[in-house]
Amino acid sequence: MSEVVKDNSKLANNPLILGLTSFIQEIGLMALFATQSMRLLFAKPYRYSEVIKHIEFIGNQSVGIISLTSMFTGLALSFQVYLGFKLVNAVDLVGPTVALGITRELGPVLTGLIVAARAGGAMAARLGTMRVNEQMDALDVMGVNTKQYLIAPRLIAAVFCMPLLTALFDFMAMFGSWFLCTQLVGIDHAVFMSKIRDTVEIHHINEGLIKSAIFGFMFAVICTYKGFNTSGGAKGVGEATNRGVVISMVSIIVLDYFLMNLIRIYYLMVGISR
Amino acid sequence: MSFQGAKNYQNAVILSDVKKSFDGTEFVLKGIDLKIPKGSLTSIIGFSGTGKSVMLKHILGLYKPTSGKVEVLGIDLNSMDEDTLTKFRCNYGVLFQSAALFDDMTVLENVCFPLDEHRRELSKDKVIQIALEKLKMVGLDPKHNNKLPSQISGGMQKRTGLARALALDPEILIYDEPTTGLDPILTEMVDDLIVTTHKARPGTTSVMVSHDLHAAFRIADFVVMLDAGRVLLSGTPDDFYKSDIELVRRFVDKGIKH
Repeated sequence: MSEVVKDNSKLANNPLILGLTSFIQEIGLMALFATQSMRLLFAKPYRYSEVIKHIEFIGNQSVGIISLTSMFTGLALSFQVYLGFKLVNAVDLVGPTVALGITRELGPVLTGLIVAARAGGAMAARLGTMRVNEQMDALDVMGVNTKQYLIAPRLIAAVFCMPLLTALFDFMAMFGSWFLCTQLVGIDHAVFMSKIRDTVEIHHINEGLIKSAIFGFMFAVICTYKGFNTSGGAKGVGEATNRGVVISMVSIIVLDYFLMNLIRIYYLMVGISR
Repeated sequence: MSFQGAKNYQNAVILSDVKKSFDGTEFVLKGIDLKIPKGSLTSIIGFSGTGKSVMLKHILGLYKPTSGKVEVLGIDLNSMDEDTLTKFRCNYGVLFQSAALFDDMTVLENVCFPLDEHRRELSKDKVIQIALEKLKMVGLDPKHNNKLPSQISGGMQKRTGLARALALDPEILIYDEPTTGLDPILTEMVDDLIVTTHKARPGTTSVMVSHDLHAAFRIADFVVMLDAGRVLLSGTPDDFYKSDIELVRRFVDKGIKH
């Protein structure tokens, strides 16, 4: 009997078990945090102006960086695909290959990573600073619900902005691809466009947009949670920001794989072959 | 619309055998019994780590006691759900140690904020008018009204923080270590501001948590001293001067000498 107890105690102190328990606990706390915040979005007083303010920050202020990075992603990816396809004499397929890759995977993932780094990091830092400077305590004692005022508008703004930014990413990346293919390596414009039209379907684009909304919600929850629970002064703010951004980025990449498989299963169920 | 307290009460705050433990084993508050009379200026003093801030957070309803009762304005805070408590907090005005001004808002916007949140029936002009009155009351030059908190001095930030705390005409004003980290001249200015504000608002209960013993004995009607999670002594400054408790004597001597 005592040996069993000893074994159980050994198991409980195992760093792997402890790490796993702490990870599951953290996920649970984040889910609770997100649920509480989202519930408050539909409670009075409504925070429309805060939502608009954060849409401006997450969406409008990301337009420049998304446009620039996406265009060069389209250029670089197209060139690599072109070099590969040239070996098998299939350069006509560069356009559709890049289009599928961009709309289904690279668009939502890269947009998620860029916006998580830019806006997510800023969210964690801003909330963390508010926490350590007692501004959140000030809101609490003024009778303002901090989750409703600070968190819910950020979550909804991220979910709203991410598909729009991903659509912009897709468009600008395809512009880059078009420019490289038709202006630099000599693929015919009509061939480039018709092959894409033949291959890319609306559900491919929707797939990316839906994934991007999920990524937006996820990085906003992670970064606001980390910022909201900051402690320990400037060092704490730095750590919260760093953890928020790193966990968001890793989560986007990991989640993308599982979402991809889920979507495949869904396509099989509804009879979509590709 | 703010949530009002009970009609008749003599003590603005009553703590009855309040105990608090965060981990279930070690108690930060070990049975606090305390009454803060309505309309008084009460100072809470004690060494660091004696539970002053934790007690303050119980009064504000930010912490729930492990056992015991916290009554504010005649109402048991434990009986309120979170939403009711949030509304009830409109009865408090708090000046934080760091002033805790919202750094993306101007001085005027900071003072307007509680009014915008809780007095939605007021027009924008009326809100600004009230905010300007509060800023005038705390003696802040109107030329600073459109500056951000980072563009004004520490003393001005304290004045702005106090104006914001006064915006909703609260029943209880709480000063959380208002002079910690300030130079002697600024400290005296803030002390005078607290006294002036208290006198200008008869009936308002002021509670000041402070390390500044000189100020505590100079301006407070009542002083409460905490030690190791318990009230060591509570009474008028005279009671402290006459006390034979060794720790109190050491504290009083320090307070007078500084």
